[in-house]
Amino acid sequence: MALLLYELTESFRIAFAQIRANKMRSVLTALGVIIGIVAVTLMGTAINGIDIGFERSLAMLGDDVLHVQKWPWFGAEDWWNYVNRPQVLPADAERLNRVIENTPNSLLETAVPVCARGASVKFGENQVGGVFVQGTTSDYARLMTADFEDGRLFNETESIAGRQVCVLGKDVADALFPTSSPIDQTVTIQGQPFQVIGVLAKQGSFLGLFSFDTQAIMPLNAFRKYFGVRRNTELQVKVKDKLQLAAANDELIGAMRRVRAQLPGERDNFTINQQQAFKAQLDPVKSGIALAGLFITGLSLFVGAIGIMNITFVSVKERTKEIGTRKALGARRRTILLQFLIEAVSICLIGGAVGLTLTYATCLALQHAMPALPVEFSVGLVFVSMAVSVLTGIVSGFAPAWGASRLDPVVALRYE
Amino acid sequence: MTPPPAPAATAARPIRPAGSLVIEIEDVSKLYKMGSEIIHALRGVSLEIRRNEYLAIMGPSGSGKSTLMNMLGCLDTPTSGRYDFNGKNVAHMSDDELAGIRNREIGFVFQTFNLLPRSDALRNVELPLIYAGMAPHARHERAMQALANVGLADRVHHRPNELSGGQRQRVAIARALVNNPSIILADEPTGNLDSKTGTEIMELFEQLYEQGQTIIVVTHEEDIARHARRVVRLRDGLIESDGAVF
Ligand SMILES: Nc1ncnc2c1ncn2[C@@H]1O[C@H](COP(=O)(O)OP(=O)(O)OP(=O)(O)O)[C@@H](O)[C@H]1O
Ligand SMILES: [Mg+2]
Repeated sequence: MALLLYELTESFRIAFAQIRANKMRSVLTALGVIIGIVAVTLMGTAINGIDIGFERSLAMLGDDVLHVQKWPWFGAEDWWNYVNRPQVLPADAERLNRVIENTPNSLLETAVPVCARGASVKFGENQVGGVFVQGTTSDYARLMTADFEDGRLFNETESIAGRQVCVLGKDVADALFPTSSPIDQTVTIQGQPFQVIGVLAKQGSFLGLFSFDTQAIMPLNAFRKYFGVRRNTELQVKVKDKLQLAAANDELIGAMRRVRAQLPGERDNFTINQQQAFKAQLDPVKSGIALAGLFITGLSLFVGAIGIMNITFVSVKERTKEIGTRKALGARRRTILLQFLIEAVSICLIGGAVGLTLTYATCLALQHAMPALPVEFSVGLVFVSMAVSVLTGIVSGFAPAWGASRLDPVVALRYE
Repeated sequence: MTPPPAPAATAARPIRPAGSLVIEIEDVSKLYKMGSEIIHALRGVSLEIRRNEYLAIMGPSGSGKSTLMNMLGCLDTPTSGRYDFNGKNVAHMSDDELAGIRNREIGFVFQTFNLLPRSDALRNVELPLIYAGMAPHARHERAMQALANVGLADRVHHRPNELSGGQRQRVAIARALVNNPSIILADEPTGNLDSKTGTEIMELFEQLYEQGQTIIVVTHEEDIARHARRVVRLRDGLIESDGAVF
């Protein structure tokens, strides 16, 4: 046992001396492994980042909310089927809420109508374009995920009356009121004055693409007055228990069919969307990244492995006489095998460490440059890439090391 | 009247009583196949070597000296014939067992020194001890002692290229001795040295012999062979003569 330990430490010593003596050669050889490890770890980080970002973004959307809409979010294939459906209207929300109330042990809590469109918001000289303006009722408070930084949502009276009040997203508020408080100020939306009664806390963006902070919320009745009544509405339905989302979904389908007075056998003339759909939508993206990453990893590790195999063959050839000497001094086959195997593994480990460092630096730089991106370097990557490095070293170093261990000592000693 | 120098020198030399049998080979032959050609490097050699012997193997180039030496050193196995080392038949040993014999029982000294170029003298001498599984501290001490014994206590951290030829060969001898082998095998140990340095190395062998080492030296120089107590002459793979040195 002790012998093996001494052989191992000796092998590492030799390997590092050898690598130090042939720096350039070792670096060039390790290049393939470096690229491979960078590819595999970046891929891991990207997929991990998408997952993390997704969970965060889903939580922002509200992961206990179902959306009743005319169109599905993804994959509307038979366009005619959808285009002929009736609009979802605020009145549907009232009827739906009545159905929910009359259902014993309903899994649904409440349905809230929400209309939305893009518009610009002005205050004096300042203007913010492309604001996501939503009209809804005071019940929206029950399914909101955002916190208020200041002020409040409109109450039931203001909601029913369609008072010209609004809540601003953080970025909108900051842009229009860089120095003062927006509360009780009057902004202009679609040419109409709206009094600011609340500001939402900063929420960030959905996957770094769509910001939740450039929004404004106003009473639905005011929205319908100035943006038109025929606008498409969606019903946001909060479920009581998000663990029973699937069952709640089924109940909602039934409830909506009653609202719409649909006959049995008739196709649903509405769609229920949920965040899960986003997830499914992202799966191909993730597997695309994984596939590309694995391809690059595989290719560069393959090239790297061949390089290392080659360099180990060269190393064995160069040191044939040394191998003969070592055997004459009592080195066993195992000793020689280990020596060259460890040399190959060491090069790979160094390559792996360099690759990891590169990935780590890239992650830090990305986090610094784009804080919104959910880039996180995980410790698991260290283990994965070290394991990959060691494996590459063993696979590529084995043939030359085996050959070295089998050398006839007399032949090796005679080698010039 | 001037006395003849060589006999006078030999006459003064002590001859230690030979001990137990270390090496016994009987009718050993070695064939090499070179394509269709078969080379008889050894054609039936029998030899007994006892503890405390100092033996020179001589012969013209190609006579099979190195082949015999490699066989004796368990680096090679005979094509036919019997070889007993310390009473054990070598033919029946596995590769690892042979490595163990080379490690513990045999100390090699090569014509080309065969030191590891990037390791210092100490490290080179430690090598057999590493393969013997000795702990770092103990082997360090043993190697230091071995280097001191060959007069290199002040050169332990020199690399081979920082040492003279004679010093390199001393390091190699220290390495051969460090594991207390039964026998020292030296294949033309002075072949790469000038005659003065060669003589110094042979004086070192003389000391070792007087301390009780068993030594086999291959050489084709009569001057070198004269240091030994017994000379075996090979020709064309056969023993031509085997006798004491006078
Ligand atoms: N590996 C080998 N393959 C083929 N022939 C070999 C091999 N080793 C030795 N021989 C042949 O065996 C014969 C004996 O060689 P050996 O090396 O023992 O001679 P030597 O007496 O040591 O010569 P020198 O004094 O030149 O060192 C030579 O004819 C040599 O060519
Ligand atoms: Mg020879």
